[in-house]
Amino acid sequence: MISTVIVIGGGQAGAQAVDTLRREGFAGRLVLICEEPELPYQRPPLSKKYLAGELAADRLLFRHQSFYEGHRIELKLDTRVARLHLGSRQVELVDGEKIGYDRLILCLGAGSRRLTCPGADLAGVRYLRGLTDADAMRAALKPGARVVVIGGGYIGLETAATCRKLGCDVTVLEMADRVMNRVVSPAVSQFFAADHLAHGIHLNCDTLVTRIEGNGAVERVIRADGSYHAADVVVVGVGAVPNTSLASDAGLRCDNGIVVDEYCRTSDPNVFAAGDCTNHPSPRYDRRVRLESVDNAFEQGKAAAMNLLDKATIHDRVPWFWSDQFDSKLLIVGLSQDHDRQVLRGDPATRSFSVCYLKDRELIAVETINHSKDYMAARKLIAERALMDLDKLPDPNVPLKEAV
Amino acid sequence: MPRIFFSEPSGARRQTNASVGITLMETALEHGVQGIVAQCGGACACATCHIYVAPAWFDKLPAREEMEEGMLECAWEPRDNSRLSCQINVTADMDGLEVTVPQRQGDS
Repeated sequence: MISTVIVIGGGQAGAQAVDTLRREGFAGRLVLICEEPELPYQRPPLSKKYLAGELAADRLLFRHQSFYEGHRIELKLDTRVARLHLGSRQVELVDGEKIGYDRLILCLGAGSRRLTCPGADLAGVRYLRGLTDADAMRAALKPGARVVVIGGGYIGLETAATCRKLGCDVTVLEMADRVMNRVVSPAVSQFFAADHLAHGIHLNCDTLVTRIEGNGAVERVIRADGSYHAADVVVVGVGAVPNTSLASDAGLRCDNGIVVDEYCRTSDPNVFAAGDCTNHPSPRYDRRVRLESVDNAFEQGKAAAMNLLDKATIHDRVPWFWSDQFDSKLLIVGLSQDHDRQVLRGDPATRSFSVCYLKDRELIAVETINHSKDYMAARKLIAERALMDLDKLPDPNVPLKEAV
Repeated sequence: MPRIFFSEPSGARRQTNASVGITLMETALEHGVQGIVAQCGGACACATCHIYVAPAWFDKLPAREEMEEGMLECAWEPRDNSRLSCQINVTADMDGLEVTVPQRQGDS
């Protein structure tokens, strides 16, 4: 008999887990513990429309207060968990309160990877993870403000584009030889690099930052070659690390994320986990993955809730990701690792094209720029493990779904 | 407040009093309309807020843009009157709008 379920974490996975538990008929005590003071909200707009001031904070909420009241979900906002007691099945809060559970779902998310160089702790060095970060950053983004973005990944480039729209003078420093090098093909990197340059962003690849200087607050960012960039604001977007310490301290198995099986079960039978914090098997790709993805968090949160209620649900998704930068939309589906061939569909100069990744002719991933048709077709083809026709595939006039 | 009517997959018809300025998708979520998933939160990236607009209303709404067209083409059972509800901003003249939520959301 399950009488109490506690969900820790109010991101996509946690919000989806409590929603699913109630939708599927769980009638017991349901507690959702969130570190932040706000009702659970969506993070993707924080670097985009919200930072740009185009979306009010209440439009970020997954659900309004009345939903939680109506579904008897006990919200503990602005609440930190000190430790988990797996043996006695209790969650201990930092104020010492202990709450007993029958089942626990950990949706701990990922945090920003911190910069460690000298000066990284100066005022004005900012990360973008939560609403508070976005609000603080927004206040500093006056027209003409000199913004130096360290890291040319999703967060760095999205934030750079938004800062530029707000009239800031923006410089991006990327360590690798091209932007978003870990997640997209060279053709896509090139497209976005050109777009950022065309919008007046100073983009520097192959650039290592060695320290940040300033008298109390950031004044300049120093590069390995000794040159520097004057800065009023420094935005750091150098990746994310899974929040696992709560789990590992309690003795749950962790290895680049909380280790779970395809049913979202951790190494403790009463504890499930979902979202960015998990290392989970991908049946489609036949290997373990850890994903930073809205879709994964959403679906895994749902699957964890189903499995907790003994409604066996295997978490098996083809992952997808998106990014908005200026007026272009990047939609990615699948995981491209281990491909043996890349095929370009369409001409990047038209601002609408795709890059397909194949392994033994099987479609395993597709990156699309302003091309939702290829993206939607690819979601289906990748899930079906479709074998592509190599003559038709490069022809953008042949619909992707017919290039099999 | 324009009244917007959602027919849910179960057949139930739900009346909502929508706020002008937010999207049809947000209206549906706020009122707990069944069958609207809206995974990406309105970024036109997931095709899980798909609706069918009553034919009499279809031409009165702002037209689909190319990205929305592409998303819908491979959505579950697209029709001529398909829309993504995240791409429609509620306006005062939508009083009486009738939409139907498909049996499923996402890929075909």
